[in-house]
Amino acid sequence: MSAPHLEAARPTTSGTELGTPATDVPGGTVAAGPGVEHVVGRLDEIPMGEGRAYVAGGVQVAVFRLRDGSLHATQAACPHAGGPLADGQTDVDVLVCPLHLLAYRWSDGAATSGAAPIRLFPVREQDGDVVVTV
Amino acid sequence: MGRPGGAEVQGLGGAEVQGRGGMDLRVLGGRPGGVTALHVDDGLETRGRLVVVGNGMAGARFVEEVLERGGDEQFCITVFGDEPHGNYNRIMLSPVLAGESHEDEIVLNSHDWYADNGVTLRAGVRVERIDTAAKQVHADDGTVTPYDHLVLATGSYSFVPPMTGVRRDDGSLLPGVYGFRTIDETRAMLEATGRCRRAVVMGGGLLGLEAARALQGHGLQVELVHAMPWLMNAQLDAEAGAILKRSVESLGITVHLDVLATEVLGADSVEGVLLKDGRRLDCDLLVVAAGVRPHTDVAVRSGLEVERAIVVDDQLRTEDPDVYAIGECAQHRGEVYGLVAPAWEHAKVLADVLTGTDPDAEYTGSRTATKLKVAGVDVAVMGVSTPERDDDEFLVISEPKRGVHLSVVIRDDKLVGATLLGDTRKVAFLTQAFDRGAPLPEERIRLLVDLSDGVEEVGVAEMPADSQVCNCNGVSKGDICGAVAGGCGSVGEVMDRTRAGKGCGSCKSLVKQIVEWAADGDLAEDPAASWYVPGIPLAKPELTAAIREQDLRSVSAVFAALAPAGKEDAKSKMGLTSLLKMIWGADFIPQKDGEFINDRVHANIQRDGTFSVVPQMKGGVTTPAQLRRIADVAEKYEVPMVKVTGGQRIDLLGVRKEDLPAMWSDLGMPSGYAYGKSMRTVKTCVGSDFCRFGLGDSTQLGIDLETRFQGIEGPAKIKMAVVGCPRNCAEAYVKDVGVVAIGNGKWEVYVGGAAGATVRKGDLLATVGSPEEVTTLTGRFVQYYRENANWLERTYDFVPRVGLEAVREVLADDGLCADLDAGIQRSVDAYTDPWGQDGADPATPGQFRPALPLVALPKVPVR
Repeated sequence: MSAPHLEAARPTTSGTELGTPATDVPGGTVAAGPGVEHVVGRLDEIPMGEGRAYVAGGVQVAVFRLRDGSLHATQAACPHAGGPLADGQTDVDVLVCPLHLLAYRWSDGAATSGAAPIRLFPVREQDGDVVVTV
Repeated sequence: MGRPGGAEVQGLGGAEVQGRGGMDLRVLGGRPGGVTALHVDDGLETRGRLVVVGNGMAGARFVEEVLERGGDEQFCITVFGDEPHGNYNRIMLSPVLAGESHEDEIVLNSHDWYADNGVTLRAGVRVERIDTAAKQVHADDGTVTPYDHLVLATGSYSFVPPMTGVRRDDGSLLPGVYGFRTIDETRAMLEATGRCRRAVVMGGGLLGLEAARALQGHGLQVELVHAMPWLMNAQLDAEAGAILKRSVESLGITVHLDVLATEVLGADSVEGVLLKDGRRLDCDLLVVAAGVRPHTDVAVRSGLEVERAIVVDDQLRTEDPDVYAIGECAQHRGEVYGLVAPAWEHAKVLADVLTGTDPDAEYTGSRTATKLKVAGVDVAVMGVSTPERDDDEFLVISEPKRGVHLSVVIRDDKLVGATLLGDTRKVAFLTQAFDRGAPLPEERIRLLVDLSDGVEEVGVAEMPADSQVCNCNGVSKGDICGAVAGGCGSVGEVMDRTRAGKGCGSCKSLVKQIVEWAADGDLAEDPAASWYVPGIPLAKPELTAAIREQDLRSVSAVFAALAPAGKEDAKSKMGLTSLLKMIWGADFIPQKDGEFINDRVHANIQRDGTFSVVPQMKGGVTTPAQLRRIADVAEKYEVPMVKVTGGQRIDLLGVRKEDLPAMWSDLGMPSGYAYGKSMRTVKTCVGSDFCRFGLGDSTQLGIDLETRFQGIEGPAKIKMAVVGCPRNCAEAYVKDVGVVAIGNGKWEVYVGGAAGATVRKGDLLATVGSPEEVTTLTGRFVQYYRENANWLERTYDFVPRVGLEAVREVLADDGLCADLDAGIQRSVDAYTDPWGQDGADPATPGQFRPALPLVALPKVPVR
């Protein structure tokens, strides 16, 4: 049976089906890059305490700017079910994915629940720019 | 034999011997003819002589216990049995009489078993007296047996109350009159069922009821006569007895209570009984099950101390140091037990003492708990049946129509008695609580019924390890136990590790129980359990007071002032935002990072990172113009799915974050708040305008309620409904607040209902006389809930926790109500439509930027 009302479906991220997690990038398989620095955007684009997503050298990254001034960067999709990590809530210790509330430690990327870890990327501010090393 | 088709089972031995009455009697658990046990010459015997008088449930079990302890090396054992049979399970005579079990199935120890274990069984030999000075047993076959240790396990006999004509001149019972104690009596009754039509059973205790049920099952018309005012009076209270009577009568058995039979009629065989009140009951079969009496005549004749039974000390010893008594014939600390469990405990202790396995073993009494099926009705009884002291707690649930009567007696927070009739599902937990003094739930009613959540029906101890506890995250009992074994020391840690209870949360209490069970007391008290949010070590009242006192208006200000070392906590932010909004209303200082993504973008995040958009549709009422606009918007933004929600609204699913502001603008409708821990919808039915049955204008009242309380944040989501009559078409009975028109301008207000993972009918808070009063009362209840509920605690947990009475008391206090009115008004005044606000002017840079930006992927050729 065809479903004409679904024909307009266009997932947010390419390569995924309607209603499935937004990415098929599984945890731990984010390839280690060559270690190239990328300017992804301006620091003042990221509100205090929040995260924003960018593409750095073809890799989706989520960059967080904490209220203590520190920056963190990680893969944009949660390894558990592809949740948009940039939409998560965070503090100095952990990042919490918005879909299933799994928490990941900023110190090493490990999940507090023992699930697969997230990959962390070096990030720094330079002249108001956010620089991520992928 | 009376049992039709009774096949001989050779394995169990079907020896025919010449019985006392000249009849051919089959020996139960008998030995084929010609086989004899080999006896060692007494002169060569170096072992002690252990003689057991009585081959019933207690005596035979005692022998087993002795053998299990290697006692055959120490003792040469002789067992006297009055009956010619091996040892059989007397408890199972009822199923045999009912034709449900074959008599061979109830054999516990056959004659072969005794022979194989070197035990001399003197079956069919009655002991007449004991010469305790000479240490000899005199039996009715003229033999004299010396002993070193003697154990009396003579049990009980059926008590036949004095009635004219019940016995013949020679002292035997009138033909057609039977006790119900032995296999021979059972066989005789079974045989009689073939030719008898009417039976009277005397005695409304366990045995009487089982006999009545069994005989009725054989097609006899059965009347039951009980001398006491209610059935099973030894175990049940009057109310439970009355309910049991109804159940028994519904089987077709006539019950006569509180009346004695004075005379048994009939010259050659029974023809009827005469009751004290003059009534005559005709019958051709009379079963006397009016209780049992301990068999003490041997002890009496032997000069041992006998009161109600043979008096023994904590080592089951009589006043003669080499004579012991166990089972129903023993009286220990004033108690005489009529159940098998204490008899078996006696057997164990005495075997420990005599074999020297534990020479100091003591029996200190039994806490008797029994579970049985009597006349088709499940009964479980333990401890006392009624309160005995002024401060005993007594909880009774009585449902006569269903034949269910449940009660518990609690003393000093310990279970001291329970009676379950008609429903014994909770017996496992209660038995544990009774035997081990396990802690009891604070809500005592949970001892007897499972409130709304059926998962707790099985005690956690009995749950198989692979049974799923948390259905949201697929966590099994084994996973939880594994986390505990792996070092998690608190419920919170286990939940973090396994994610059990982190979905809908409905399994949290079960998770807690399993963790407690798995840790077996080795559990750290979780101090965070009482905190409102995990990152601030304060309960809600203290936290609220501190926020007010220190004038903390933003989430970051609360962390700085109240968190340990001023440290932020991601998992506390959402709860704090909600609390601050409630406290400060329009004076709250919003911080987007304190909000969950849903609140940041005013839409509900979906599994693929897209969002759902639900416009407000008050009371579920819409217009063609509104529908047309929604249709246009859905097409314009290529919305993958348009869905009617359970809350009587329209959901546009699969919307990209970056499209949200433009869609809101095109819709021109306010947010329906389908994403927040806040007031959601008010469902309504068509009420009095169109419905033929409507008693009140539920539609308008629903719209008014939604207008007043729209967008108000709470500790968890709040769902309401208003229905125009009790037919409940909009499901008001299962809402956080549900309003039901009942006619004459009156409205019922229910609170604490649920129809999610938990299903609960709301509690009737009040019945009021106008829609305005409904609105006022709803506002007060919602505000009381907002101020006092824990974070994420729905009203269906909150109302039972604080108690409906407590809520009513608050709502009856004018001073408190004035505060509640002011509090809710502050929030009502602070309402703004978030779509209208952020749609035009984003609150933060990149508020609606995609969180999973498109990555240019290498092109793959399409086939």
